[in-house]
Amino acid sequence: MIEAHDLTKRYGSAVALDGLSFDVRPGTVTGFLGPNGSGKSTTMRLILGLDRPDAGQVRIGGRRYRELCWPLREVGALLEAKVFHPGRSARSHLAALAASNDIPRSRVDEVLGMVGLTDAAGRRAGKFSLGMAQRLGIAAALLGDPGVLLLDEPVNGLDPEGIRWIRDLLKSLAAQGRTVFVSSHLISEMALTAEHLVVIGQGRLLADTSVTELSARSASLEEAFFELTSGAVAYQGIRGGAPDGPAKGRTS
Amino acid sequence: MTVTGARRGRYHFAQVARMEWIKLRSLRSTWWTLVITAAGAIAIAVAVGANTKNASGDLTNNALAGIVPGLLLAGVLGVLVMTSEYTSGMIRATLAAIPHRPLVLAAKAAVFGVVALAVGEATAFISFFAGGAVLRHGIAAPAIGQPGVLRAVALSGAAFCLVGLLGLGLGAIIRHTAAAIAVLVGGVYVLAQFIGAVAHGAGTYMPILIVGNSLAATKPECVRAAGPQCVHFLSPWAGLGMLGLYAAVALGIGGWLLTRRDA
Repeated sequence: MIEAHDLTKRYGSAVALDGLSFDVRPGTVTGFLGPNGSGKSTTMRLILGLDRPDAGQVRIGGRRYRELCWPLREVGALLEAKVFHPGRSARSHLAALAASNDIPRSRVDEVLGMVGLTDAAGRRAGKFSLGMAQRLGIAAALLGDPGVLLLDEPVNGLDPEGIRWIRDLLKSLAAQGRTVFVSSHLISEMALTAEHLVVIGQGRLLADTSVTELSARSASLEEAFFELTSGAVAYQGIRGGAPDGPAKGRTS
Repeated sequence: MTVTGARRGRYHFAQVARMEWIKLRSLRSTWWTLVITAAGAIAIAVAVGANTKNASGDLTNNALAGIVPGLLLAGVLGVLVMTSEYTSGMIRATLAAIPHRPLVLAAKAAVFGVVALAVGEATAFISFFAGGAVLRHGIAAPAIGQPGVLRAVALSGAAFCLVGLLGLGLGAIIRHTAAAIAVLVGGVYVLAQFIGAVAHGAGTYMPILIVGNSLAATKPECVRAAGPQCVHFLSPWAGLGMLGLYAAVALGIGGWLLTRRDA
């Protein structure tokens, strides 16, 4: 269970999050949707205590992240694809993280097997393709067998088979009763993976609803998303066929 | 769930230090830098020893002549231990695993400090014996048991650790590799040497002059060209304390900033 309450974050004069509140419940995959620059990654960083909110707070199972006793055993996170040193092997990277939370060494080989990196485990991770880097990130998230999983754009760089693999993985993790929170800007992917959706735009909550309900609002989930976010897009090209017409589209 | 719930308690220094040790030893660049540092310092000791014409100088200090250039690499490695985490993004994985940030920096400092100390002592002792072994012209090599010699060699080795930690602290403050190395080299080598050359009193507090003239000296040295009276460099132990203070201040500020800033 993740409870975000009134999260506000500014970077200089730019407002990244503006009073964002939502809950993520266990047992289902919750998709986190929003246009580029809407504050998804910022929210993920605030949940993990990497950035400090200017106002509001976020709790995981009732506690703040920095209060967790064994963070990796409670929360697994995939942030950007590359949060590892390029000169270190995948196995050493995971071994270091495992040591920090007293996770048995055998678990390192276990997660390497789960993500299909066993054969590449001894290679310098800097040589990995984007898809392999993504798999290493997922291995790190699974390392502590956590009850809460946060994944920022997990399908980035994965091939179709990898995308299907992660979709099935996320669903099975949720079916085991875990809290699974997945950000994406791929609406079609979220339609297949998530049951619940948190949609934000310009740092504000636009919808906190089920996929079924949001899809029913419009011709498709995609259309419903565009209607929802049309007034809250930070970076947008002029779309001739947009429902609101090009006049509202900003090219900045 | 196979793992969760199996453990009680929470992470402590031991776990964080283990993580940092695995991180440090699993990078080939760590070992290359240390080997080059040690080999360079020893090579300088041999070159100086082989070219010593008479026994009038401080032969122990001569044998430790490679320590000061070697410190540069120790400091750079200290910088990299911290800044490479920011360059690669690894810092986010580290801080997500251990949200208690001062503990992360403390563990990094302890692990890197011990490695730098071990390599520094090995380098200093090998330099001393190698530099003595190649002396010619019938000059007797200094013995480790002579007054001040063991101290000079041991403290020179310790300088690796302290300058390395100064680099680590600067890395934590500045976070960008190139900028932190520039500050380390510019501040410690260029600026400090310049101040040492123009203001002799202040010069005794400059890190490199401390290493060369306080730590590596067997007997008190006068600051050259200081006029008729002899202005002494800091005593060896005061010099060590001063160097330790520089490292502690850098690490303290770095730790304070680490907890305050977004990762």
